[in-house]
Amino acid sequence: MDEDLDTLGKVHELFLVQRLAVLSTRSGEQPYSNLVCFAASDDLRHILFATTRATRKYANLMREARVALLIDDRSKDPADTFRATAVTALGSARELEGEEAAKARRIYLERHPHLEEFVSSPSTAMLQLDVEKYILVTRFQDVRELEVNP
Amino acid sequence: MNVAIPFSAVRDKDRRMVGGKGFALAVMVRQGFSVPPGICVTAEAYRRFVDETGLKVKIVRELNRKRFEDMRWEEMWDTALRIRNLFLKMAMPPELASALRRELSALAGEGPVAVRSSAPGEDTVATSFAGLHESYLNIRGIDAVLEHIRLVWASLWSDAALLYRRELGLDVEGSAMGVVVQKIIPGDRSGVVFGMNPNDGTQSVVEAVHGLNEGLVSGQVEPDRWIIQRESGRVLSHSAPVRDRYVVLAEEGVRVEALPANRAAKAPLAEPEVGDVHRMAMRGETIFGKPQDMEWTFQDNDIFLLQSRPITTVPKKETDDQRPWYLSLRRTFENLKELRQRIEERLIPEMVREADLLAAVDLDGVDAAGLEREIVRRAEAYKRWKDVYWEEFIPMAHGMRLFGLVYNDAVRPDDPYEFMDLLVKGDMVSLERNRALEDLADTVRQDDALRKSLGSGILPAAFSERLHEFTATYGELTVVPRAPQQSTDTLVAFILEMAGRPRKEERRVDAGILRERFLSHFEGDKRMEAEELLELGRASHRLRDNDNLFFDKVKGQLLRALNVRARKQPEGQPGAMPPDAAAVIKEVTATLEAGVVSKEPGGFSVTARQIVGQPASVGLASGVARIVADQADALQFKSGEVLVCDAIDPSITFVVPLAAAIVERRGGMLIHGSIIAREYGIPCVTGVPEATAMIKTGDYVTVDGFLGIVIIG
Repeated sequence: MDEDLDTLGKVHELFLVQRLAVLSTRSGEQPYSNLVCFAASDDLRHILFATTRATRKYANLMREARVALLIDDRSKDPADTFRATAVTALGSARELEGEEAAKARRIYLERHPHLEEFVSSPSTAMLQLDVEKYILVTRFQDVRELEVNP
Repeated sequence: MNVAIPFSAVRDKDRRMVGGKGFALAVMVRQGFSVPPGICVTAEAYRRFVDETGLKVKIVRELNRKRFEDMRWEEMWDTALRIRNLFLKMAMPPELASALRRELSALAGEGPVAVRSSAPGEDTVATSFAGLHESYLNIRGIDAVLEHIRLVWASLWSDAALLYRRELGLDVEGSAMGVVVQKIIPGDRSGVVFGMNPNDGTQSVVEAVHGLNEGLVSGQVEPDRWIIQRESGRVLSHSAPVRDRYVVLAEEGVRVEALPANRAAKAPLAEPEVGDVHRMAMRGETIFGKPQDMEWTFQDNDIFLLQSRPITTVPKKETDDQRPWYLSLRRTFENLKELRQRIEERLIPEMVREADLLAAVDLDGVDAAGLEREIVRRAEAYKRWKDVYWEEFIPMAHGMRLFGLVYNDAVRPDDPYEFMDLLVKGDMVSLERNRALEDLADTVRQDDALRKSLGSGILPAAFSERLHEFTATYGELTVVPRAPQQSTDTLVAFILEMAGRPRKEERRVDAGILRERFLSHFEGDKRMEAEELLELGRASHRLRDNDNLFFDKVKGQLLRALNVRARKQPEGQPGAMPPDAAAVIKEVTATLEAGVVSKEPGGFSVTARQIVGQPASVGLASGVARIVADQADALQFKSGEVLVCDAIDPSITFVVPLAAAIVERRGGMLIHGSIIAREYGIPCVTGVPEATAMIKTGDYVTVDGFLGIVIIG
């Protein structure tokens, strides 16, 4: 982590080094988490991910759009506790259609070219999280919030 | 992997493992120089220690509390102290300990040894920054040797090393420390030789003292100096100092003694011996390919080479960073004792006298020109005392630090700041003033009629008299321009606020028990030295606190004159001032500068939810924040609020007993705010540079003084 970056810069840097995020959805009272490959828009207002429609997360999302997404840079070292950076994105996710989905697919594949087959499959849905707030945690306990200005 | 390699067995491939100092000594042994026998403890031993004990992760934790760029030098000292305590308290893994015992016991059994740092790369960069890492002399017995190896390891993370971490390439993953354990030769004459005079490339320089080399290296003993023509070896000049002392081995460590007259009459080296030393340096230069800086000692008539390293000259960088200056202020015990005497007996009385003289001038009685002269006179006095403050008072704080290290080494407390409980028992004027304020509040607490009468703006004569006494003794609570006069009303309002809640008592620590606990680790002469050091530490703490208040008296007199001018010439332009005086006035009238934080980058609003600082006083408390920039703000303070400020200096200490918790931008465990917070048992987090930018007056905040966290909202 580049110490000199401001809060937003740290989020950008983290998104550059990490490709996977933990997506949290909900089925009734039961939270559910899983890994997804993600890509963010330049302005960090949107985060894209893909899933096949038969998955549990897709079913959950169709019932409850509000989600949390965790992106971090831990490296399985005990020192991660104090050194790792984590961002939680809060907001609502929705499935993209038509032209919007096509554009999102292009952005997504730039980041994850090896997922071409997966993303092109008719059974795969392109989803977009509209971010309302980021919560950035550094140094174990330093917590900043970035709220999207309307 | 080997954890220890004798000098004679070190090979070229071991260079990084044994570190610069150890490697150079091994090369000297191979080349046939007389070097006292020794063993290199390798960097691998350090790595095993920090990996197997989990210490590495703890170091990461300490180093990641905040950005280094935001750290003040006190915080670097704190970080280094905490890491040092971790090393002191961590038991050595049994296998590593027995391996080191196996390798080192024979050498340690032969007599006193030196335990020296030998960091990889030390022969290059680190030599440019003297005093980065620790070395210990005259260590006896294998147990003590193992203890001191640990302390040398800890010094990889010394405050100075942290400051130069970039230049050193210091990082938790890659950095490690080698150690040299070497037999001590109790030389009768010692010194250094610079193979090339940094000021004249055609010359070499030999410096020599009677006794051990530590006298010369530490600057405590002035050396004889010879300038030599490199090529011919001819002595060009010899300068002799007043030879009055020398350093000898003590029971532990070394000590300075008066030099017997028969030895003082003679130079430490005869001219042929100067030649021997010079030739040794030339030979070293041939071997290493660069001019060498060597340390040597004569025992009887045999010369021993103690250390050899390339001469480095470091261009001084122009910088505004004052932290290197602070770190250079390490003082010896003797030096601090002299400083204490100067401050107590001369400087503080002079400063108080000057403030009293200024206070005696009736400013309302002088004309406009006279007032301008008074302002300039006061600005000059302020400037003069400020210089004294920096040059004399600030270095005195090292008395506390010196005591802290000795206390921690002896007692090994869980809390590395336990030693402060022993120091704080001095007389702090700021706490005394708080007691006087609480006494006034007590009177109100016990007298409902008085409370009512004060509340409705009536000041009974008896109470008024007591307020006058208070002001006469402690000065005015406010000396800032925003509150031109401390009206009796504001003082009464503040006392009423205090009386609205129970009296806040200072913590009672049984300093007697702590003192005995500390002193029980020393015997005989050492115990007397320990007592003296404790006394010095206490004086250091007391002076650092009180000098602020006395300095404020001078500042107060400048502000008083400025206020009189503002009152007499509300619309008038101030007259032309000498530039120095104008600069001083600008400085004293500037208000708090908030840390600059961009809150609206790229379409987002940034707020802090939780900020990490240093846990300076334990406890957990919540309340409404009030940003206090100066004494005028402090007088607005309401009981139960959370005090958020740049730094608590003694002039606003009066507000502390009202606070539920404290957050300070300035960091450090030994700073006034931390000490006062601990005295009152108020949770306190320091070292939060963004505190005044991220927290607003009126925000609800929680201060976690256990973990050093401030939670907003």
